Amino acid sequence: MKINRRNFLKITGIAGGSLLAGREKTAEAKETKEDFGDKWGCLIDTTVCLGCRKCEEACNKVNHLPPPDTSFEDYTVFEKQRRPDAKSYTVVNRYFKEPDAPDKKKEPIFVKVQCMHCNDPACVSACIVGALQKLPEGPVAYNASKCIGCRYCMVACPFVIPAYEYHNPLTPKVRKCIFCHEILEKGGLPGCAQVCPVEAITFGKRRDLVHLAHFKIRENPDRYINHVYGEEEVGGTSWMYLASVPFEKLGFQKLGKLPPPRLTETIQHTVFKGFVSPLAFYALLGGVMWITRRKKKNDAGKEE
Amino acid sequence: MKGSNHHKAAPVDYPFFTPGVWVMLGFMLVGLAFVIARYILGLGGVTNLTNQYPWGLWIGVDVATGVALAAGGFTTAFLAHILHNDYYEVVTRPALLTAMLGYTFVSLGLFVDIGRSYNIWHPMIYHQPNSVLFEVAMCVMTYLTVLYIEFIPMVCERFIGKVNLPGPLASLNGFVDKLLRFADKFLDKFMFIFIIAGVVLSCMHQSGLGSLLVIAPYKVHPLWYTPLLPFLFLLSAIAVGFPMVVFESFLASKSLHRELEMDVLSSLAKFTPILLGIYMAFKIGDLIHRGAYVYLLEGSVQSNSFLVEMIFGVIVPFAMLLSKKVRQSPMGLFVAMLLVVLGVALNRVNVFLVGFLPAYASHHYFPSIGEMAITAGLIAGLMFLYRACVTIFPVLPVVEKVDEK
Repeated sequence: MKINRRNFLKITGIAGGSLLAGREKTAEAKETKEDFGDKWGCLIDTTVCLGCRKCEEACNKVNHLPPPDTSFEDYTVFEKQRRPDAKSYTVVNRYFKEPDAPDKKKEPIFVKVQCMHCNDPACVSACIVGALQKLPEGPVAYNASKCIGCRYCMVACPFVIPAYEYHNPLTPKVRKCIFCHEILEKGGLPGCAQVCPVEAITFGKRRDLVHLAHFKIRENPDRYINHVYGEEEVGGTSWMYLASVPFEKLGFQKLGKLPPPRLTETIQHTVFKGFVSPLAFYALLGGVMWITRRKKKNDAGKEE
Repeated sequence: MKGSNHHKAAPVDYPFFTPGVWVMLGFMLVGLAFVIARYILGLGGVTNLTNQYPWGLWIGVDVATGVALAAGGFTTAFLAHILHNDYYEVVTRPALLTAMLGYTFVSLGLFVDIGRSYNIWHPMIYHQPNSVLFEVAMCVMTYLTVLYIEFIPMVCERFIGKVNLPGPLASLNGFVDKLLRFADKFLDKFMFIFIIAGVVLSCMHQSGLGSLLVIAPYKVHPLWYTPLLPFLFLLSAIAVGFPMVVFESFLASKSLHRELEMDVLSSLAKFTPILLGIYMAFKIGDLIHRGAYVYLLEGSVQSNSFLVEMIFGVIVPFAMLLSKKVRQSPMGLFVAMLLVVLGVALNRVNVFLVGFLPAYASHHYFPSIGEMAITAGLIAGLMFLYRACVTIFPVLPVVEKVDEK
């Protein structure tokens, strides 16, 4: 993908940016302070998934989403790449291990897509009213009653996940996987993980999932590539993936380690810290205004 | 006219309804029809917005471009009021009016764009200081209030001693008159508070608008994506302030058959090569520093749009305005300043729309008829109100009318 080289340049450009160099360091310091190991997460093993779409069905049921356009047993949906939308929090897409192989020999790889529940979510940082919140347990939850519908969360999300109810004229909502946080609080499992017949989705503490992922890679080096997607991407995510082929071949973007909010929040908070800069600017302009006025008065006096 | 520092402003004495005004009313009506459709069918019914392209024409043009082109307000306020450069006093009132109406229409555009319009006030109670959009919203809200306050003296000047409310409201005439006299006295003493606040707030949210997309490093094309975006937005807003004032003066003089204040406008144009030059230097320096110049000749829509923006919107007018001859010829001045205005407008459109390339989008966003109709309606509404305001209030300086032959 041409996007990769471009993003690489961008990130190096940022890191080299002399103006921001100092700020980035403080951003890193903040990152390491918080440990996300205790937060809930899920590890999806794409080498196990059969593409049965039971997770899509369960998600639809537990979240009371509108009925789907075609049945969850319709496997022709795999012919196109789908994205989560206003009616579905999660979708499964099909890829092939060797896309160029003759049809009969093609080995499918199924990839479930949903909100990644970032450790440092861009949507939460962007939200103008705090309608999106990273819960202490890990899920990124949404409160529709606060939402004004500006859709900045959708602009900010590096995974392009939040969807909008564009056809609801008055009470549209942002729709995205909420990690079934109400069920988790009662001790249950997310709808998709609960139903998965092959246990492709492992639920647990993020720390344990990272260990498990690396254990699996170590024990089966032929089965997995040595990359846990989500372990470090954009500062780490609660949902992570294992795969047998490079993630770029499975519709995943190549993303850097820096969480996007560290860029904006550091600019924002450096400029507006204690409101010092705006006030200083105000005072400076006031001073200039006072001096120019006095000068004008003096000049007028001399002429007379 | 020379030598008189205090140009008197007066309501324009020219027929309000001309064929052009009826055309504007037509645009406004069509826009209104689509606004109604938007509240019946939802955003999906009238826009081409998608889950990958959540922001379209209304954010790119009505909001981002609208705010940038309203920069004439704070730049002239700085020049004439903070630096006390009285010579430029004549342009401050029309610039202030444009800013006031511009921001009013930015807010109207936003109101239609957001999914839950009735929650537009929520940022006032649900503060989210990490959000760049929150900062922009608060600044814009406060600045709009400041602009209305700065406009009050013109209302006072027009109506003190002449308050004549219709029908049963006539009994309030005396009260309103007293209120206006009080406001006039108060503002005469304390206006400086609002003038300085206007400049500070403008710098804050002009740069804030640039910060909006810094959170999306994986979506904005590298020709535009830089952590310097906020700074570049501020510099370009400062550079486009005076060109916008000149552009409006030309429009007003054409439409209202007034003589141009060429002496003032040419002097104003002296600053533009400097301000535009600073912007150009940072923009090119940033491009080289990040190594993003490798995309210049990519041949894509994005690289071509960037080249047009830089060559015709920055470099050409910069070179033109260096020449005194161009600055003093009405045609040359108009063309050069218009290029600056269009260049900054294209920059905002490029950052928010053309250069916005999210993953997983099946096709690039292009605005729908409905989106264009509402944007056109808003711009027509702005021009309509501008005309109404200069007809009612003393905004434009008194000049000789151009004889119609």
